[in-house]
Amino acid sequence: MDSALVMIQVLNGLQLGVLLFLLAAGLTLVFGIMDFINLAHGAFYMLGAFICATLALWLDSFLLAVLLAVPITFVIGVVVELGIARQLYQADHLEQILATFGLILIADTLVQMIWGPEGLTFALPEILNGQVRLFYDVEFPVYRVLIISAGLLVALALYLVVSHTRIGMLIRAGASNRRMVEALGVDIRMLFTLVFAAGAAMAGLAGLMIAPITEASIGMGNEILIVAFVVIVIGGIGSVQGAFLGAMLVGLIDTLGRSFLDDFLRLFLSHQAAETSAPAISAMLIYILMAVILTFRPQGLFGVRSS
Amino acid sequence: MMSKSGGWLAVVTVLGALLLPFWAEYAGEPFILDVFIRLMILAIAASSLNLILGYSGMVSLGHAVFIGIGAYAVGIPAYYDLNSGWLQLAAALGASGCFALLTGLICLRTRGAYFIMITLAFAQMMYFIFVSIEEYGGDDGLVIYSRSEMGPGVDLDDNSQLYFLVLFCLIAVMILIHRLTRSDFGQVIRSIKINEVRMQALGFDTFRYRLVCYVISGMICGLAGWLLGNFTGFISPEMMDWTRSGELIAMVLLGGAATVVGPLLGAGIFIGVETLLPEITIYWHLYLGILLIIVAKFGRGGLLGWWTRWQGRSRP
Repeated sequence: MDSALVMIQVLNGLQLGVLLFLLAAGLTLVFGIMDFINLAHGAFYMLGAFICATLALWLDSFLLAVLLAVPITFVIGVVVELGIARQLYQADHLEQILATFGLILIADTLVQMIWGPEGLTFALPEILNGQVRLFYDVEFPVYRVLIISAGLLVALALYLVVSHTRIGMLIRAGASNRRMVEALGVDIRMLFTLVFAAGAAMAGLAGLMIAPITEASIGMGNEILIVAFVVIVIGGIGSVQGAFLGAMLVGLIDTLGRSFLDDFLRLFLSHQAAETSAPAISAMLIYILMAVILTFRPQGLFGVRSS
Repeated sequence: MMSKSGGWLAVVTVLGALLLPFWAEYAGEPFILDVFIRLMILAIAASSLNLILGYSGMVSLGHAVFIGIGAYAVGIPAYYDLNSGWLQLAAALGASGCFALLTGLICLRTRGAYFIMITLAFAQMMYFIFVSIEEYGGDDGLVIYSRSEMGPGVDLDDNSQLYFLVLFCLIAVMILIHRLTRSDFGQVIRSIKINEVRMQALGFDTFRYRLVCYVISGMICGLAGWLLGNFTGFISPEMMDWTRSGELIAMVLLGGAATVVGPLLGAGIFIGVETLLPEITIYWHLYLGILLIIVAKFGRGGLLGWWTRWQGRSRP
């Protein structure tokens, strides 16, 4: 196990962590403030990817595509909030699950109607395709460094907004006691729309950033969404800091587990046993982490509200 | 709950179900039997979910994991040429029961939304574990070449025999749930759904009741998995994907939660939609999605709820 490889895997873990954070931040805020379980949050991830891919192919500029796709996803978020999500805040969790599960089916089918059943790929501009030398012998793709930096920047911006502005104060207040904020005369409905759409835009950003590496495909948001749920359960529902810490933990543990667990197990087990058990155990790691954290802190690391 | 007309309806339905294989053979439409076998297996799974979701208010979004465990309890022994159905059944019930017990100990410490997400997460964990085990096919799944051997005189390779086995299991499960929810145990479970603190104050160890209920539910769903593995002859991690769990929730709510017949009706609607709509349009998921949103918004009590309200209106 050489240090360069470890470095690269740590960076890969950070990349996954950043993507998870962008998804989980919206999810945890929507959930914390509106008490709304949105299974269809992954749809924004998918839409961001498809819209950006289409724009990139049309405009022949990745930068322009990104700059347009994020606001478009924001607008879609506003429309979905006003049209559908708003009707469901009063419903109980079970009905929310059923309705947002229906939304997933609708979103996936609409994407299939518009873009067809195949995924959508597009090439990155030349500048982003190279490798960058980070340390004396560690090379890492430029684009992945960009993903990590962009994600961290958004995280920082979100932190500043949430903890140092008036809107952020209302968001935090809403997460810990919605009724009280309403009673104090704040137009909470506006706040809901804003938070929901911002969450959608962040999910869209995550989706469009990963699209050039994987591709934009139908249902791409559904699998990573579950991991985002694990993240917010670990971090504590309603907490942005919790979502960040949870995302980084999950991203790093998952990536490093998958890469190095068999080497690690070989220290105690036979070669054969390590080889066969490592993939299964590394698939379990983040869920074990979640179970352990919940055993000691059922409300998550930074739980705003108790479960 | 069973009114007189309901009782007659049940008798007629069971008679119809018993005669169906003969009719299918007579009419030369063996496909119809496959549809109904799948419907009944899903009805068993949905009934098991209903036990925790409908009767005791535990919304699990990972219930399909037990179908997967039950199915792999057929597939993995069959992979080693262990085809005894009783052994596979014991493995299915044992494994799903153990999994329910272990995860239940953690899940049931939490409430509401946390419970939803944790059941979801554990199901996804099993999904990825089976994806990562290449010996048993990983992502591609595993073909089961031989259905369970249940002993002399029984041949599950004969579809109509499998049909009768599934029908028997479904009726047994529905009677079990009917009896269970009306027993003292069921009373406690239903009361916990309404007010858990009060039940604790009355001296009930509510955690233990909920755990037992969760394990029973998991084992019934494991039974459904055992049947499904036999029926499809092919198993893959996809069977326990969380969207499968979502479909089970949809079935329970479509038919009517916290009723014995509801999940069967829901599975019927679901299979009906799944079988008929694709003939009309390839974008049928769109309409299913719209249906689910409508049910979530207006469909309190599902089909059965509508039926009782309609009856209440016509007979004041």
